[in-house]
Amino acid sequence: MIHFVVHDENDSVGVVVVEGVTKGQKLAGWIMDQDKDISMDAKSDIPIGHKLAIKALKSGDAVIKYGVDIGMAIAPIAVGEHTHVQNLRTKRW
Amino acid sequence: MDLGKSGFWGYKRENGRVGVRNHVIILPVDDLSNAAAEAVANNIKGTMAIPHPYGRLQFGADLDLHFHTLIGTGSNPNVAAVVVICIEDGWAKKVADAIAATGKPVAYFGIEGHGDHDTIMRASKKAKEFVQWASELRREEAPLSDLWVSTKCGESDTTSGCGANPTVGNAFDKLYDHKVTLAFGETTELTGGEHLVAARCRTDDVRKKFQFMFDRYQAIVEAHKTSDLRDSQPTKGNIAGGLTTIEEKALGNIQKIGRKCLVDGVLDKHEVPTGPGLWFIDSSSAAAEMVTLCAAAGYTVHLFPTGQGNVIGNPILPVIKLCANPRTVKLMGEHMDVDVSGLLRKEMSPDEAGDALLDCMFRTANGRLTAAEALGHREFVLTRLYESA
Repeated sequence: MIHFVVHDENDSVGVVVVEGVTKGQKLAGWIMDQDKDISMDAKSDIPIGHKLAIKALKSGDAVIKYGVDIGMAIAPIAVGEHTHVQNLRTKRW
Repeated sequence: MDLGKSGFWGYKRENGRVGVRNHVIILPVDDLSNAAAEAVANNIKGTMAIPHPYGRLQFGADLDLHFHTLIGTGSNPNVAAVVVICIEDGWAKKVADAIAATGKPVAYFGIEGHGDHDTIMRASKKAKEFVQWASELRREEAPLSDLWVSTKCGESDTTSGCGANPTVGNAFDKLYDHKVTLAFGETTELTGGEHLVAARCRTDDVRKKFQFMFDRYQAIVEAHKTSDLRDSQPTKGNIAGGLTTIEEKALGNIQKIGRKCLVDGVLDKHEVPTGPGLWFIDSSSAAAEMVTLCAAAGYTVHLFPTGQGNVIGNPILPVIKLCANPRTVKLMGEHMDVDVSGLLRKEMSPDEAGDALLDCMFRTANGRLTAAEALGHREFVLTRLYESA
């Protein structure tokens, strides 16, 4: 069973694709572009469709998805932590 | 899927274009004519009124866009014949004459000097004649290259970027090889990924034109925004679905143009493609506005990926919905034409998902009603450039 998918192995985040992921749960992931498996523990409850960090990020770091910069971490983010509006924001507008 | 010998069954129009629907539409030029147009469509079964709120005291480029959108809608090959109704004769004739250049039957009626009753009676007689004529037209086999396919996504979430949008991209890459006329747009929703689209432009001229359209839209956002656009782009629905930034949304959006096809040309909002290939249409990212522009540009089938569940349709352009979010497919299944949630369970390959979408596209082109058509979704929204006079 796959709990989350990652577009590219260089990305810093993946996307949860099942409902009901809870803190502490062991998660199986799939890196789509390279067709590789990956696993980690959830550090937060994460809703379906929401992102989790697959690399540790410092405040100010670029967050990478699809191999491209999608914004800036505005707080430290641990591996397996829910990554959304509370710790990531746009660099545009 | 081997598209080499693929074709579809459509309606060959007088100007050589091929439609996949056979609508007789009652087209009001302005808001004042909606009541008469709807009365005619109610009188004459099998016709369809396309009401809208605009058309009075517009001027300049905004008025031109209004006319071009109405004329493009009437000229679309999914439309067999058109009855135009306007408060006065002059603009009714202007719209009707431009649509008549396609060779299809068109009649026009002005309300002033007659009133609604007389207008409805005269327009109903013509509409009855048109719909009976159209009902005897038959579908004929046409090559795949006669199909015009547009795309736009809506109520996107992160599953759009990893599932439904790349499925459209897979289909677009396959259709591109067979000289299909393709389109995408949503200018502000490329923000953060505009360099990737620019890199895909076939020539420097196309790239320059794309950059001009992109910068022009950014200038509008800059001029009118009261804060950053974090409450609008991404939308509340996008954010609930897990999308965080406009850059992330844009990168998901761009998955729709596949990995191989190049951007062959750039169109302003009222322009029509001049050949096969992938066209960028400068457009709002609001679903109904963008799809209305695709219909006015002459597109005949639309691929619409969604994540959280957008329910949009269009009066004349069949809108095929696909979704990779298993929760949305479960909760809003009646709106979905193609379920590609298997992609996220690794039960379906991108190629299989693209083929499933193409299969649905051919069935739709051959006459199958989309979910949006069956549910009566006919959103027709005219893009405005600025205030009326």
